[in-house]
Amino acid sequence: MSGRLIRAAVIAIAGIALATLPFWVGNAYYINIASQILFWAVFALSLNILVGYAGLVSLGHAGLFGIAGYTAGLLLEGGHGHLTAIFAALAAVLATSVIFAILSLRSTGIGFLMITLALGQILWGIAYRWATLTNGDNGVVVRSRPAPFGIVLTSPTSFYYATLIVFLLVVVSIAMFVRSPFGASVRGTRDQPRRMTALGYHVWLIRFIAFLLSGLWAGVAGILFVYYNQFISPQVVALQTSAEVLLMVISGGTATLLGPIAGAAIVVIMKNVVSAYIERWNLVLGIIFVAIISFMPEGLVPGSVRLSKMGWRLFRDRYSSAVLSNVAEPPP
Amino acid sequence: MNLWLTLAVNSVALGGLLFLLSAGFSLIFGLMRIPNLMHGSFFMLGAYFGVTFLAKGTNFWVAALASGAAMAIIGGLVERFLLRRLAGQELPQVLLTLGLSFIVSDICLMIWTGDPIQPSTPSSLQGAVQAFGIYFPIYRLVIVAVAVAVAVALWLMIDWTRLGAMIRAGVDDGPIARVIGIKVSQLFTLIFCLGAALAAFAGVMGSPILSVYPGLDIDMLPLALLVVILGGTGSLLGAFVGSFVIGFLYNFGQAMFPDLAYVILFLPMLLVLVLRPQGLFGRVVS
Amino acid sequence: MKVQRRTVLKGMLAASVAVAAPPFLRAQPAPFKIGLLTVKTGPLAQGGIQMEQGILTFLAEKNNTLAGRKIEFISADTGGNPAGAKTKTQELIERDKVNVILGPLAAFELLAITDYVRDNKTPLISIAAAEDVTQRKANPFFIRPSATSAQCCQVMGDYAAKDLKYKRAITISEDFAFGYEQMAGFQRVFEDNGGKVVKKLWPPLVTPDYTPYIAQIGNVDCVFNGFAGSNPVKFMRAYADLGLKYKVPLLAGWTAMDDALLKSLSDEAIGVISASWYSAEADTPSNKRFVEAMQKAYLVLPGGYSAGMYVAGQCVEAAIQMLGDKVDDRTALAEALHKVSLTDTPRGSVRFDKYGNVVGDVFIRRCERKGGQLINTVIKTYPNVSQFWTYDEKEFLAQPVYSRDFPPAKNLEQ
Repeated sequence: MSGRLIRAAVIAIAGIALATLPFWVGNAYYINIASQILFWAVFALSLNILVGYAGLVSLGHAGLFGIAGYTAGLLLEGGHGHLTAIFAALAAVLATSVIFAILSLRSTGIGFLMITLALGQILWGIAYRWATLTNGDNGVVVRSRPAPFGIVLTSPTSFYYATLIVFLLVVVSIAMFVRSPFGASVRGTRDQPRRMTALGYHVWLIRFIAFLLSGLWAGVAGILFVYYNQFISPQVVALQTSAEVLLMVISGGTATLLGPIAGAAIVVIMKNVVSAYIERWNLVLGIIFVAIISFMPEGLVPGSVRLSKMGWRLFRDRYSSAVLSNVAEPPP
Repeated sequence: MNLWLTLAVNSVALGGLLFLLSAGFSLIFGLMRIPNLMHGSFFMLGAYFGVTFLAKGTNFWVAALASGAAMAIIGGLVERFLLRRLAGQELPQVLLTLGLSFIVSDICLMIWTGDPIQPSTPSSLQGAVQAFGIYFPIYRLVIVAVAVAVAVALWLMIDWTRLGAMIRAGVDDGPIARVIGIKVSQLFTLIFCLGAALAAFAGVMGSPILSVYPGLDIDMLPLALLVVILGGTGSLLGAFVGSFVIGFLYNFGQAMFPDLAYVILFLPMLLVLVLRPQGLFGRVVS
Repeated sequence: MKVQRRTVLKGMLAASVAVAAPPFLRAQPAPFKIGLLTVKTGPLAQGGIQMEQGILTFLAEKNNTLAGRKIEFISADTGGNPAGAKTKTQELIERDKVNVILGPLAAFELLAITDYVRDNKTPLISIAAAEDVTQRKANPFFIRPSATSAQCCQVMGDYAAKDLKYKRAITISEDFAFGYEQMAGFQRVFEDNGGKVVKKLWPPLVTPDYTPYIAQIGNVDCVFNGFAGSNPVKFMRAYADLGLKYKVPLLAGWTAMDDALLKSLSDEAIGVISASWYSAEADTPSNKRFVEAMQKAYLVLPGGYSAGMYVAGQCVEAAIQMLGDKVDDRTALAEALHKVSLTDTPRGSVRFDKYGNVVGDVFIRRCERKGGQLINTVIKTYPNVSQFWTYDEKEFLAQPVYSRDFPPAKNLEQ
């Protein structure tokens, strides 16, 4: 069985499952959970651009997520239309990403981490203290959801489909980015920055653009978030949120497309669904992370692939016959 | 009371406490390059152990040392069985330590419940110094003395003992150190134990001031990060100086610029990082 | 006592009993579902756990049957953040189809869900103190049996000015909406009665060391603080350590000297005068039962978080009694809850104004040590206190909501 065939089959099945989800998942509550998984997955995918592909670990990504959400929320509360709010939010997150990038790309590794952490905290402090603008910890209420092409998105099902479309667009665009020459150069700056410079690539500029793209997609997730909850408050911009999305990326598996999605699913399901059945869900979530790291340090998705390949190989070796032994092993 | 003098004295006092908190983190991060995001958990768990020992009537210093010893064991187990196989892989280390911190914080909530606990200051150290128009608790000054003692002890160990030399060799060039017979892995376990023990000791020492409550780990970890980053990773002197700098920034900043209370610690750190990414005393790491 | 959590098993058991039961028993109405939004993980867990203990104590006392109707109780952990609160509210309403929701704990959680519960016509009974939810943005599905942020502080302003005859005060509280609203209420009444607030200090919610703030206190008759959560413990210790305890008397709001917090405090709390809508020493029959039951089951002295939920349970019982079978109509239930009027609750008599906020007693207490334990002895009771104090309701609402800058502090000194 060729890997590509398996992958295509899995994607097709997943696609059908996602498209028909409201019909088989049961309750409206679970449709809402699915919407949450989708936009958290977008957020995690955006962070993965930096963490997985550019090799830059950021602990301030919630700042970008939040600034898009707040801009959209404040404009909507001020009476502006949805299109204005969305475009302004994207513009705001782009501008903020520029500032973040210029400041944080002065350093890599732990320096980058700390600068992004500081920037995220500063944004949080502003969201909290500048109450005349942001309403402080009382937050901003968003009264209505958009109605593209006349379809109002208030019901869980309609919101889910809108989120699904945005999610698929983001996944496709990130996939295109990853497979493009620019995506390759980003990975190059992660693995061999000095060699890249020697080859004539402008490493700083590559990282800068990657940061902007990452910020833009994080902004998309932020807009979905504020429309979903119809409320935003400074907690969204806090360090915990940045840490949570980083955990989603690492646990799912960096530098893969499916990894952050899986990570987002784990955290959202544990926090919202499992917490209804297990009181100490926080403990269980911690145990899951430790287990993932112990058995699959590269992340849940790459680890599962590896373990299933091992399992398949063991199975095949044990039952190999003359026919099977003639089949060449496909390159990994 | 004399505001500025009180703030100045408290800056030193807070600096002392911050050094105790971040010394362990500086060791682990500076020498082993592990971003130990469960440092706050060691601090909090150590403080909880401390208050439990104190409730049973042990002497304060004994409780602090016993808590440190207990945390050394726990830290050793974590390093030996979980962290060691992740050597050099920063992201998995982040996930592991964060995951463990979730586990620790939930277990603390289960055992000690959500109510805050604040042990009394040890009776021999109660009371205050009243001089030059200020009234300042003796215990906070004692913490400074303890911090200095710990700093001197660590410096002596690392720079003047054979063990310290072996540790520095293992850090500078692990493979070569192994070639000449230094058991680098065991040394690293030892450092991690020491770092965890220091955090726990600091937790107990700080508990009469900070109290112990769920969320203490999340409140303290950014402070440790700040001190070590500002002072410079890999430098104990940096952690020492950084603690007092943060102490001064905190006290005078909160009093003089209350509107900037949230950013008063992060802005200077940002400035240092942007202008001098290796921190005040750090070495440039290629 | 192991506290019951997930009622899925209970529900399944009930369902299987219903299926197996003989026909004449199956005619019983479906259980009345009460959902609780609380916080069981993270820093806010302190209050959240107490909230759950309070309602469970009430349900245990009534044998899980209120006014003849069987109760099914579902507890949901919001994690202490607005998004979590929204999700759990959706779970309770969409999945579990509860009749009424108790909680949430924090004001920002309440603000995140208030529109949603109104759109989904589900009654909500919370102790979250956000002022406007029962003022300018009143939600007809919401009642609050505890107090608005300022309700007790306005009383303290009166007591400090008239009874204690203080003239100059400093306020200090955390830098967030609950703190702003509390201090504003105190300032308004205190200054309207001849006092002056000469400084307002706002340490951030997470402050490891209060010394920089305490060092700025001096030259006043009293300090009024409104700290919440676990902060009061640290603050009062620092206040005493820095020598202010005997120099400047300390006054407190209800969260700062909550009875449940007394076991974490020690000598530094003795003598602190606080204003609260609940006191474990309140002398009503239901309070005696409540305190005894809490001490037996959980070995704790109850505070406002538990008492608030106990009273909420009593309100639900009264509403079920009022409506009988019609109680399954959630809009009717919301209206009935507004009309509830009780005389025997742990906090004395209780009724609700037309915005859904409680009108009840406010106690002035002094902390003392009796028999080796700290207690808050009631020294004065203000009966029938509303959220508007003695001000005219229309005038009150015509002004902006209490905030950091309103009412403006005209007597600040550098």
